[in-house]
This record gives sequence, C-alpha cells and structure tokens, in this order.
Amino acid sequence: MCVGVPMRVISIDGSDAVAEIDGVRREASLMLMGEEVRVGDFIIVHAGFAISRLDEEDAKETLALMREAFKPEDLA
Amino acid sequence: MNYLDEFRDKEVVLGLAERIKGLTAGRTRPMTFMEVCGTHTMAIYQYGLRGILSPGVRLISGPGCPVCVTPIGYVDKAVAYSRLPGTIIASFGDMLRVPGSSSSLMEERAKGGDVRIVYSPLDAVKLAERNRDRRVIFMGVGFETTAPTVAGSILAAKGLGLDNYFVLASHKTIPKPMEVLTSDPELEIDGYLCPAHVSAIIGATPYRVLAEKCGIPCVVTGFEPADVMQGVEMLARQLAEGRSTVEIQYSRVVKWEGNKKALEIMAEVFTPCDAEWRGIGPIPESGLAIAGTYAPFDAERVVPVEVEEPREHMGCLCGEILKGKVTPFDCTLFGKACTPEAPVGACMVSSEGTCAAAYKYGR
Ligand code: SF4
Repeated sequence: MCVGVPMRVISIDGSDAVAEIDGVRREASLMLMGEEVRVGDFIIVHAGFAISRLDEEDAKETLALMREAFKPEDLA
Repeated sequence: MNYLDEFRDKEVVLGLAERIKGLTAGRTRPMTFMEVCGTHTMAIYQYGLRGILSPGVRLISGPGCPVCVTPIGYVDKAVAYSRLPGTIIASFGDMLRVPGSSSSLMEERAKGGDVRIVYSPLDAVKLAERNRDRRVIFMGVGFETTAPTVAGSILAAKGLGLDNYFVLASHKTIPKPMEVLTSDPELEIDGYLCPAHVSAIIGATPYRVLAEKCGIPCVVTGFEPADVMQGVEMLARQLAEGRSTVEIQYSRVVKWEGNKKALEIMAEVFTPCDAEWRGIGPIPESGLAIAGTYAPFDAERVVPVEVEEPREHMGCLCGEILKGKVTPFDCTLFGKACTPEAPVGACMVSSEGTCAAAYKYGR
C-alpha cells in the first residue's frame, strides 16, 4: 500500500499529469509538488499523487558508488 | 529507464555483500538492523537478501506496514459504517481483507455492502461527486507518504463544495515508534534502514534524535535490492567506525528537508494525536487526526455509529512480529490456518506484511 513507483511524466495539464512506466499509464496529481515538474521527468507516484522527483544525475552517482564496491576478484 | 534496472544488478548486490562481510568480520554477534518500511521487507524476501547477508548481519522487520499496525477496532468501525444505509466505503485494496473482530470489509461487500476499491483518494472524491445523495467514507490509513494524499483529497472535496465526503482517519507517523523500539532491551537494534518514501515527505532530519541522542545509526534507504545492500553497507560502516549519524542512501529521491509542500498540506488538514499501534500499544503524538477546521470531513465527528467490542484472534503473533521479536515461522498458524487467501492476522493480508512476504517468497 505504501508502494511508490518511479514513472516518467508524459503529459501535464494544469496540476494533473499522466505518467508511464513499462507501458502502464497513471494519472498523477501534482498538488503535492512544490518544485516544477516537466514532461520527461521521473517522479515517484504514490496513490495517484506525485510525491517527489527522481534525480537522474543522483541516481547515476549512486550506481557509480555501488559499482566501486564490486571487484570481480573478490567473488572468485 | 534502463539505468534504474541496474539497481537490481546481481553483481552489484554481491559486490556490496563482500564489502559488508569485510565490515562485520570478527564480531561476536551479528549486527542487527531493523528495516522499518514494508517495501524493504518485500524486497528483502523477494531477493533473498537475508541469506546473502548472514551470518554477519541479522535483518529484522519493523512496524512499517500501515495496514498491519492499524488496530482491529478501526476495521470494526469501517465494517459498522459499511452497514449504514446510503453509505459507500472507499478504500485502498489492502484494507478489504483485513479481518476485524467478526467480519471484514470484503465479507460485508459479499453481503451487499457498497465497498469500493480506489487507487487514489481523489477517486473517492470523484465517487462523492457522482453520488451526491449518498455519503462516501474513505479509509484514511497510512504513514506520512499517504497522509498528504488524503489531506489533498479533503482540500479537493472542500474546493468542490462537497458535503458527502468523509475520511475515517487512522494515519500514523514513523519516527516515534522507532524511538520506542530503540529503548526495548530485548531487541538490541544496532541500526535502522529508514523508510524510503516516508522520508521523501518528512526528509531525513527527523531521524537525528535517534542517531544523536540514542546513538543508533540511521540510513534512509531505497527499496531496490542494491539500495538495501548499500544501506546495510553504510550502517555496517558506521558501526565499524563507531559513528552514529543519519545518512541518505536514497538520495535520488529523498532530500534532507523532505517535501515542503506536502508537509504544509498535511499540517493544514491534520493535527498530531496519540495513536494506538497494533502490537506496540499507544504511542503519544504518533498519529494524525483531522484538524478542527476540517471537522465536516471527519467521519468520526459527523457520522455516529455503534461498534462491537474488539476481539483479537487467538494464536496470531502479529503483535510480536511488528516489533521484530519473532518471525512468521514461529507462528503455528503460519501457512496452515493462516494464508494470504484466508488471513487470520493483518500481517498476512497486505503484500508488505511480514507474514505475507514470508509466505510468498519463503525464507
Ligand atoms: S501467520 Fe497469520 S496468524 Fe500467524 S502471526 Fe502471521 S498473520 Fe498472525
């Protein structure tokens, strides 16, 4: 129930957006968003509301940090 | 969306596991971390992370499933409302199968009660708009992730001038029960994987009390398998280095200050109140009640109803499970008298419930 899903914004009409992930589309109210949301952004959608934006740069940095932990010789 | 799939990459997960092994080596007892969020519980079972982490790290599930911590009396009240003439009950799907003392919303629906599943609280407002001659009561259950969405629905109903939309509110807030569990000597919690999307709203600062006053490391963690592993790695590193601070692993979504707009809307519509947690008991200032200005939308204030005496189910260990003291496998009813199809306790109902996750994915 508490599951929030990252989805990409495909259209915005006033404070209502439509977002999509893996071919599934959902309406997402932007009522709770203080910052601007644009088409193409990733947002976290929870119970029909966008609750946060997903920062792509940040995601890539986190992945890079995780990959640093991965040293193939450790797993041999 | 490809790069997000990388958070499920097996090599990354195993690479982090190696690091964790290094950090936990040579300790006399396993590091014990509690995952507070139901979504973490699901990921941990689904990807078999407990097995990968043992014996150096022991993960225990906390009270992070909103349906599971909702007291049985709330379900009984919802059932009573569903029997009132001219009433539509609107709810997230999870609540329907939660057994009350003698019935559930699902059973009431089968008997002819008008109980509808909605995906968003705004769908419940639309129901009220289309059914002006009937009252719509929405089941307001959930933590800080959900509470702002329900607050939003009340503002929307007010904007539309509706007088037939009501919320039966039982929202709870997360940091308080963590403080209570921290002081439980039986649990010996060494660190918290703090919830992902609750923190998207409240930010990371509320956990400072735990880290700085109680000396318990806290890491706000995402719920993909690599996120959970990295969160554990960050906790293990803090312990190994003798530090206890708040860190954000899930920085792609969670900011220190949280979501200000959502917090404002939540504070406008709700006011803090004492709340009863199933399994844990009453915790001061750990719930949200509808504020006086919005009393016309508060089902409990406006729509009186008679409710039966609550009776807990014999043999169900949900309460102990929610405190992380026992696992589902300790319950004699698990998988026998209690299954997701015929749940005895709330922990078996919601997909985020520990018993349901254990049943679906096994050890
Ligand atoms: S298995 Fe069922 S009866 Fe046992 S603790 Fe879990 S929910 Fe309760």
